[in-house]
Amino acid sequence: MDLEEQESIRRVAEGGHKDRMVVLLGTPTAGSTMMTATTLTQGDPSYAGPLAGVPLGLPTYHILEDDVRQAIPADVYQREVGPLEFVLDREGITRALQAVRERSHQT
Amino acid sequence: MIDLKGKLVLALGERDGVPGPALQACAESAGAVVVYMATQCFV
Repeated sequence: MDLEEQESIRRVAEGGHKDRMVVLLGTPTAGSTMMTATTLTQGDPSYAGPLAGVPLGLPTYHILEDDVRQAIPADVYQREVGPLEFVLDREGITRALQAVRERSHQT
Repeated sequence: MIDLKGKLVLALGERDGVPGPALQACAESAGAVVVYMATQCFV
């Protein structure tokens, strides 16, 4: 996540109603998912951006997770996500998010 | 299943994955309000 985007997200999150906010990711790999989810929950792990040391703690989900897919009407999901569901590494992405959530609960 | 109804969603897509507008359409169809949307591109 680039520095400009970190700043934009920080502004939105600090603008209010954080308790109702949810992040929905469309990242393509387990690695990019882990990096983005870590940044949005615990702060920028590279300590380079505006979210360094800023644990927003936003609940973070990926569009390919079963719990998310079930919340979306099937026709919309098929149209918008479609074959990407089978092209991207859904298992790896799901495992990466689980790891980030477990780490968040420990801290 | 997560409940997106009434939630304020930050949709962070990626060009090599699922783009932001697709995430937005999915979130809104589930009753959420998208307050931030972006599609990252790392090239």
